Amino acid sequence: MTSATRPMVVEWMLEFRQYRELFFFLIWRDVKIRYKQTLLGASWAIIQPFFMMIVFTLMFGRMAKVPSEGVPYPIFSYAALVPWTYFQYAVGQSGNSLVANSKLISKVYFPRAIIPAASALSGVVDFAIATVVLIGMMIYYHMPITTGLLLWPLFLIPLVILSSAIGMVFSAMNVKYRDIKYTIPFFIQSMLFLSPVIYGTGTVPERYQMFLRFNPLVGIIDAFRASVLPTREIDWGMLGVACIVTTVLFVVASIYFYRTERSFADLI
Amino acid sequence: MQAILADHLTKQYQLGALHHETMLREALVKMFHPRRQRNDNTILALNNLSFAVEQGEVVGIIGRNGAGKSTLLKVLSKITYPTSGRLKVRGRVASLIEVGTGFHDELTGRENIYLNGSILGMRKREIDARLDQIIDFAGVERFVDTPIKRYSSGMRLRLGFAVAAHMEPDVLFVDEVLAVGDADFQKKCLNAMDDLRSGGRTVLFVSHNMAAIENLCPRTLWIDAGKLREDGPSDKVIAAYLSTFSESQRSGYDLENVEGRSGSGAARFTRLEFLDEAGNPASVFRCGEPLRARFHYRCHERIRDPHFALSVYSDLGTRIFTVSTWHAGYYIANLEPGEGFIDLQIDDLFLQPNRYYLSIWISSTGQWYDKIEHCVAIDVDESNAHNNQGRGVHARWGLVYMPSRWELAAGVEKGGETEPRDVSL
Repeated sequence: MTSATRPMVVEWMLEFRQYRELFFFLIWRDVKIRYKQTLLGASWAIIQPFFMMIVFTLMFGRMAKVPSEGVPYPIFSYAALVPWTYFQYAVGQSGNSLVANSKLISKVYFPRAIIPAASALSGVVDFAIATVVLIGMMIYYHMPITTGLLLWPLFLIPLVILSSAIGMVFSAMNVKYRDIKYTIPFFIQSMLFLSPVIYGTGTVPERYQMFLRFNPLVGIIDAFRASVLPTREIDWGMLGVACIVTTVLFVVASIYFYRTERSFADLI
Repeated sequence: MQAILADHLTKQYQLGALHHETMLREALVKMFHPRRQRNDNTILALNNLSFAVEQGEVVGIIGRNGAGKSTLLKVLSKITYPTSGRLKVRGRVASLIEVGTGFHDELTGRENIYLNGSILGMRKREIDARLDQIIDFAGVERFVDTPIKRYSSGMRLRLGFAVAAHMEPDVLFVDEVLAVGDADFQKKCLNAMDDLRSGGRTVLFVSHNMAAIENLCPRTLWIDAGKLREDGPSDKVIAAYLSTFSESQRSGYDLENVEGRSGSGAARFTRLEFLDEAGNPASVFRCGEPLRARFHYRCHERIRDPHFALSVYSDLGTRIFTVSTWHAGYYIANLEPGEGFIDLQIDDLFLQPNRYYLSIWISSTGQWYDKIEHCVAIDVDESNAHNNQGRGVHARWGLVYMPSRWELAAGVEKGGETEPRDVSL
């Protein structure tokens, strides 16, 4: 990189600000279309994590007897499935977003990063709806509604940034390498097993714990879950590490995106 | 003050890379085998192009297809980046390369106005303020809350242009969006363009519509093969540009060295010639008049039962008709090795004025000897078809005009002669 890069990066950020209205319109479009097109509409946001919760409860809660840290397994898994479903949706959508919006890219100029970022953010609506269902489930299981839930919007920040960072890299690679789209589902599936969704962080043997922490999803998802469990404290240290890793990933992803975006219109 | 400064802009495209989908696994393989040959097949879409445009100027850009006009517009509007050279554009930029970019079928007209407007760089409050004008301009009041998947293509187009016409950028790039739509709407768009001009903003306007360019733009740039061929007052540049067409509109076309032909090569077209009724070379084709095409060929071996054929395509690639010896049941027993020609006589060229592309081939059952797609482009000019009586010889009425007659039922009174009209309408 040359010395001229720094002011260019600043310019890039300023430009993003200038186009913030388009950014919101694209989020609005994605949300609107998602709920307009599907017959089931908003219920999609609930069905997916809820159905997964049922499957997990049967498979892992009942059959495999995965320990659920002193709360009913459905609550245990659903509290992690809400952020997980967001992550899965956001990375999938945003990873394919540039190719899906190829017409925009070849016809109009605007900061390209808006597209994957808007796709990632449009999943927040689903997240919010699924969270309401969690509250309903907690009432059903007679669990205390803790103030920990108020921290969810806060935890959402690193989750959104992490999903956007991964989505940006995938979407940029997707423009150039058309086989990336087959890699994304594979990546997401692997992450499900590498993150504490089915199991809790406590069940991971000590010697693997260190490796677990390199995955920022671990700290974030665990914070979501711990905040609603009366039986546990939030592991702020692990969350802090996750936030640092997330920030680093986001910076690296931005640089990669910035350096490849000039060729998008020629390749797409 | 300068609004646009283009300084030695060059844009290089890698041929093949455009249409080849790169796979990550290939890229990984290349990493380990770096000696694999590189694709050096490049094309210069823009070649060292420099010019400046003052603020408030309205400049036309003309040139043939593939000359680099669209690439220039894309570079100017930052959609794509120049390979080398510098570019400065001052002020808020909007580019109109396509009407209705980003329209989504499921969204209503109103929602699409907001979406499209913001994609084109308008602020929400600007769209709020002009919403009624936009809806009015597009003439879609009754359908504004209907998803646009229910719109006709004309309505979409009007809606798209209406949004674009209500932008207020400092610099506007427009690419050929007027080439579509019916005549009334085109007129409306041209008026809107005129308003843009009087608004004191800088406009660059790419078009094939020379009349529109001459009307709207005092200055014109002529781009040829990625280079700036001429820059000056529109009337002069357009005249110079059009004069090159009469050169290229020739009576004969050498086909010996045409690339991209297919077939076994046992027989080859060598030349295509057009003749008038007197048998002299013809370079002007007018609708409704006769045309004689002479196909010269060279035959390398004896060919049994060959078919000669000609297909005519519209400028959008629609096949309009095919004539061939096979269709006509015209049996040629053998072609002997050597050179020769065959003539095709068209008594009435019933194409409306427009540009057409010809494809020709020699074949026999189950065999291609020579096939040249889109080998020649001809411009058909208007003429006094319909025997001086009719009107409406114009491409907007369709691709062909049909020689025909009208007959009244007995007892209905026929009027006198119609007034002579302007045949170009």
